[in-house]
Amino acid sequence: MSFQIKEQPTVYDVCIVGSGAGGGMAAKVLAESGAKVALIEAGPWYDPADPKYITQLKNPWESPRRGASTHRPFGDFDAAWGGWDIEGEPYTRKSGTQFDWFRSRMLGGRTNHWGRISLRFGPLDFKRKDVDGLGDNWPISYDDVKPYYDKVDRLVGVFGSVENIPNEPDGIFLPPPKPRLHELMLKQAGKKVNIPIIPSRLSILTKPINNERGSCFYCSQCSRGCQAYADFSSSSVLVKPAVKTGNVKVFTNAMAREVITNENGEATGVSYVDKNNLQEYTVRAKVVVLAASACESARLLMNSKSSRHTKGLGNSSGVLGKYLHDSTGAGRSAFLPHLVDRKRYNEDGVGGMHVYTPWWLNDKKLDFPRGYHIEYGGGMGMPGYGFGFGMENMNGKYPGKDGKMKQAGGYGLSLKEDYRYFYGANFGMAGRGEAIAREDNFCEIDPNVVDKYGIPVLRFQYTWSEHEIKQAKHMQDTFEEIITAMGGIPNGSKPGPETNYGLAAPGRIIHEVGTTRMGDDPSKSVTNRYSQLHDARNVFVVDAGTFVSQADKNPTWTILALSMRASEYIIDQRKKGNL
Amino acid sequence: MKRRDTLKALSLGTLTATIAGTEAQADVPKKAVAPPSLSDFKNGKSAAELARDAKLAATVFFTPHEMQTIRVLADFIIPADGQFGGATEAKVAEFIEFIVKDMPQHQTPMRGGLSWLDNQCLKQFGKKFVACPKAQQIQMLDQIAYPAQAKPEMSQGVSFFNLMRNLTATGYFTTEVGFKYLGYVGNRPNAWDGVPEDVLKKYGLSYDS
Repeated sequence: MSFQIKEQPTVYDVCIVGSGAGGGMAAKVLAESGAKVALIEAGPWYDPADPKYITQLKNPWESPRRGASTHRPFGDFDAAWGGWDIEGEPYTRKSGTQFDWFRSRMLGGRTNHWGRISLRFGPLDFKRKDVDGLGDNWPISYDDVKPYYDKVDRLVGVFGSVENIPNEPDGIFLPPPKPRLHELMLKQAGKKVNIPIIPSRLSILTKPINNERGSCFYCSQCSRGCQAYADFSSSSVLVKPAVKTGNVKVFTNAMAREVITNENGEATGVSYVDKNNLQEYTVRAKVVVLAASACESARLLMNSKSSRHTKGLGNSSGVLGKYLHDSTGAGRSAFLPHLVDRKRYNEDGVGGMHVYTPWWLNDKKLDFPRGYHIEYGGGMGMPGYGFGFGMENMNGKYPGKDGKMKQAGGYGLSLKEDYRYFYGANFGMAGRGEAIAREDNFCEIDPNVVDKYGIPVLRFQYTWSEHEIKQAKHMQDTFEEIITAMGGIPNGSKPGPETNYGLAAPGRIIHEVGTTRMGDDPSKSVTNRYSQLHDARNVFVVDAGTFVSQADKNPTWTILALSMRASEYIIDQRKKGNL
Repeated sequence: MKRRDTLKALSLGTLTATIAGTEAQADVPKKAVAPPSLSDFKNGKSAAELARDAKLAATVFFTPHEMQTIRVLADFIIPADGQFGGATEAKVAEFIEFIVKDMPQHQTPMRGGLSWLDNQCLKQFGKKFVACPKAQQIQMLDQIAYPAQAKPEMSQGVSFFNLMRNLTATGYFTTEVGFKYLGYVGNRPNAWDGVPEDVLKKYGLSYDS
């Protein structure tokens, strides 16, 4: 094997690393402005409408493991190629702490399977330090980002309802789908206990918005990728039209190794390993845009050391990799006795919940800072691996179809009937909240470990604080309140202090942000307010690495808005001759 | 016995992809296993995934005797009724054979549980489970199928039967006959316009309130 590094003769205007929400948006905006773009993606090509990739509408028996998550973490049919563990691409942990890092290696990255929950950060979310004194404020405010949220809403499409809730800004919404049966019951329960239940805000097209994309046909399987392009995936909604301009060359199976810089400390391109032949290549470009995901972009910068950037590119502040934070998460499920033996009809609906609970206690004094929203699930979903498990915990607890109590467990026709009788009567909810960004939660380069391409890997240190644990406790109390108000019976026992109230391990919610945070002070931040490195003016970061704080909102809509904003800034600066 | 045919069918579609992946690497020494191409996908699966599934399908875990016992147990758990088939029609035993290879954590509990069952039957009836007459099989199952009333010395049997019940249910309800029995009518393009009127009425709900 030759170790010669192959340099492409072309000098691109922009080289983008990563094709997820941030990279896809940058590719589209920049290519449409006429820039010549190289888009580097660590995984293969993906198009959810190409039969060779389609898993949507497949039945469980088309998978020998019935869609189980043995290999793909969200099951055989899920459109995420990768997971928390990728063969040959390890990461390590420090001081006995845990952080789990989810990566999708494919065109469009994690946007192919994400929950499509598309929430704007509100005015408070950019200035939380002003409220509770913790963490830092963003250098920008809601008003700076609002025009971009508006443009993203129009470009990508999102359904929702106008609610006029101060910190939950309304968008430009398509009509939301009507609630399902258990969701109507939730709304009623919410009124009883003063917890708002409003239409969810998902980037799924309930009406067509252009000729390239169809509208939702209600199969509930957005996580499998949509062959009608009726939901937001970067691959189909951003990269595809970007490539159509003729200005984008996509390099797939290309694992970025370093950002190459010159004697002035400015970037001249990106080197990568072609996973097909393990050869080294360099893409030359005038501007480098990193969108590899918060931790992967931080890793790339840390691995881009030079005499001008001795601690890694963009790390003169020493902040690179620090302030890593993921959403908090906890859940609970319940049985709804009044839903047994329900009438059958197709209630698959859109991919995900039709209603949700935005954070409702901003004005209340609580024993923890920030807040959380609640996502709901339930109904007559499609059976897959795991369906029917644990009937012995159910059928002895509640009367069966004949109205009589019986011994738990069993076998035979009576058991068979139980599965049918209890089907669709379960219900679950999950809190997703804001953690406090801390300097001592971070990723760094492990000095001893490389991946199979020889690239030094990340080592994580991450702990939850009392803030997050108390938040999870509050979630559990709220869950029981809602379940009780619905006339439901909580499943299992209430998670207590021994499990941090069911608080998920860091990284499990897959909302990691903060590793290249933005700020006006170059000694305390990695990028400026335009997502541009303080240390190298032609390098930008357009993934969630720039987030100063995470809000309780899913990050994607803000990634899209900030990437669009940074891309327009790049166009402007190029026009002015500054790049 | 149709199991071998099923194995063949499972591997046929998938082997092609493996071979195609190998051919592309003609210069690789014969003994080395060529890595599947990164960009080859078929039916929503990568070449590597297809190769893994084909390999799993081509190996055999349970002995014929164990498979026979699984069949009998699965049909006890989910029998056919007048209208819908049971575990055998849904090929539940074949599913269990695959899933224990895919999820090795089930292998010892299943193999050991089947052995425990035979041993109990030998002690109580002088025959292995499948050789017992139906009345004795039922007598045996009644000692392990009801966790709350089972005797303490039957606890290992209860654990095994819980696993067997779970795998049988999952294997059954993830098939066409299982869908039909359950009345699942989704997984197809449609238009959602809310809960049907009669259902709303039944629960005293409406979209106006």
